[in-house]
Amino acid sequence: MTLNRRTFLGTSAVAAATLAAPMVRAQGKPRVVVIGGGAGGATAARYIAKDSKGDIDVKLIEPTRTYYTCFFSNLYLGGFKTIDEIGHSYGGLAAAGVNVVHDWAVGVDRDTKTVTLAGGGTLQYDKLILSPGIDFVDMAVPGWDISAQNAMPHAYKAGSQTELLKAQLKAMPEGGTFAMVAPPNPYRCPPGPYERVSMVAHYLKLNNPTAKIIVADPKPKFSKMALFQEGWNNHYEGMVDWVGEDFGGGNVTVDPAAMTVSIDGEETKVDVANVIPAMKAGRIADIAGVTDGNWAPVNAADMSTKADPDVYVLGDASQQGDMPKSGFSANSQAKVCANAVRGALTGSKVFPAKFSNTCWSLIETNDGVKVGATYEATAEKIAKVDGFISKTGESADVRKATYEESEGWYAGITADMFGAKA
Amino acid sequence: MRALAAYLAAAALAALPALADPGDVEKGEKLFQQCKGCHQIGAGATNRSGPHLNGLFGRKAAGLDGFRYSKSFQRAGAGGLEWHAETLDVFLENPRAMTSGTRMSFRGVKNPEDRTHLIAFLRQYSDDPANIPEADPTAQGIDHDLDPAILALVGDPEYGEYLSGECTTCHQAAGGDDGIPSITLWPEDQFVVAMHAYKSKQRNHPVMQMIAGRLGDEEIAALAAYFKDLEN
Ligand SMILES: Cc1cc2nc3c(=O)[nH]c(=O)nc-3n(C[C@H](O)[C@H](O)[C@H](O)COP(=O)(O)OP(=O)(O)OC[C@H]3O[C@@H](n4cnc5c(N)ncnc54)[C@H](O)[C@@H]3O)c2cc1C
Repeated sequence: MTLNRRTFLGTSAVAAATLAAPMVRAQGKPRVVVIGGGAGGATAARYIAKDSKGDIDVKLIEPTRTYYTCFFSNLYLGGFKTIDEIGHSYGGLAAAGVNVVHDWAVGVDRDTKTVTLAGGGTLQYDKLILSPGIDFVDMAVPGWDISAQNAMPHAYKAGSQTELLKAQLKAMPEGGTFAMVAPPNPYRCPPGPYERVSMVAHYLKLNNPTAKIIVADPKPKFSKMALFQEGWNNHYEGMVDWVGEDFGGGNVTVDPAAMTVSIDGEETKVDVANVIPAMKAGRIADIAGVTDGNWAPVNAADMSTKADPDVYVLGDASQQGDMPKSGFSANSQAKVCANAVRGALTGSKVFPAKFSNTCWSLIETNDGVKVGATYEATAEKIAKVDGFISKTGESADVRKATYEESEGWYAGITADMFGAKA
Repeated sequence: MRALAAYLAAAALAALPALADPGDVEKGEKLFQQCKGCHQIGAGATNRSGPHLNGLFGRKAAGLDGFRYSKSFQRAGAGGLEWHAETLDVFLENPRAMTSGTRMSFRGVKNPEDRTHLIAFLRQYSDDPANIPEADPTAQGIDHDLDPAILALVGDPEYGEYLSGECTTCHQAAGGDDGIPSITLWPEDQFVVAMHAYKSKQRNHPVMQMIAGRLGDEEIAALAAYFKDLEN
């Protein structure tokens, strides 16, 4: 039913021209359209443009002019970064030869290989790459829907939501309550909610030390759990109350008008409610008809979808196997995909897929931890090869070096996505 | 007989590969002549252009207060590198295999026996293993040298460029050096030696051990060939 759904908005001249000659290539230059200029999409667009040296026409569709990274957005909440430090413009991509179109993609027709834009234009592609990130599953947390995101922000897409959550945190009354509703698996950035708890605790310890944090979690355990719990005990004793699945953490309803959160039948009035609902692939993946359930299944060797060899899905929206949904993963997948797409369109050499991921989290000033793994492409999925995780009880020196490393990584990945800052 | 006694003592410490010779302190002292320009050791030794070497065994790399170490050394220390016979042996063979950015401009002692002597000499100025059981034993130099065939591999820079995508998520292609070291314009042979040192876990960074651990010899050569010329 989701196959080949057609969405034509408007009948601009461009659309009409495209319809008149759907399969004819303009000037014979192969065309790649990338939807979404985040960790996956920006990287893929930049690599294809840079490495094809002008032989491929690359268009990137992204509505925002400044991309705020979710990574390090928790550090903004904690006061370690400013909002400007996590904002990036698309100037470097244009310099690399990417044609950046600031618009929403609202339709994909896989028969005519066209993408429709909210502004009315239509773009023709030979290869389409989707990296739209996530959207939320409707009614995943009873009482919450997207219209409640101002009263109870998710701050799980960075930017104004993150700033709103920070403002609410700052406005908390003395001794108030910060509630988080954590998401079920799978979701973007497995350690993200818990790094956030740490950063909120850091802020409160300095500014509102009698305040409390309560986390309702539908999971029995979470990423880097031992490391986070050790850190919360060491740095924020008595402040964080984590209610896991065993204690009804999954049985949650919220009332955004009354600002109450009820956990396993027990209702609490809260001052801030950070609701992070269950997630699914960004909507455009659904519209393109490449999803199966909440996510888009892909082939591990090149990130092409199971539904269509000319449509690729990267990052959080993809269902690929063992890699966590992270910026690092999306960036890693994008480079494999870029190499394969370029090979398919220009005959350049295609090398075997290779993936890796490392996620750093900050628990308190100079107390960084990390987890990482390498992956390979098998016939069924992206499969984990080898991994490591920080250990509990590490020395302060090691933790500080780990944090400093995360700063280096941030500079590295953002340069890899957007090109070096001019 | 002396050799046998040493062997038994070492075996009792159970930390070592079988030893034939614990090293000759006098020969070590002669070899130390080449270090003296920068390093002092013994009574009254102070930091010069290199740190003093008293109490070296068991000391963390970059572990002396009051000496300005290179970034590379500070990272190695924070990552857990400590000076023991085994680590000194690797370091002395080729200082840059272990810490690429060290300011110690020294080619290394290639002969494993000479390293054994030198380590035996240095060992004199740290806690004495005869009195302190848990103190460091003196090790015999082991030949770590990479198979010359590996160093002779000619890397394919195009393959290296593709593989470099795995590196540039963290190491900036433009060569930035904050928190994560720069790897651009790295002399090819040093790059190869360093990656193999991660692979064999002589260098101890967990991310790099993992990444290098699954790079084949050809892939390391390809990356080295690519990064040696990468300039922005
Ligand atoms: C709090 C938090 C902390 C995190 N910390 C880390 C971390 O430390 N390390 C790490 O590796 N990852 C981290 N992540 C995860 C990381 O942010 C995501 O995994 C990553 O951004 C996924 O990349 P993506 O390309 O799939 O999606 P995104 O980066 O979200 O990019 C999607 C883009 O697509 C655009 N888009 C969506 N729909 C359309 C459309 N129809 N038309 C045009 N454009 C569209 C959006 O505007 C957006 O810019 C964190 C996430 C959060 C929430």
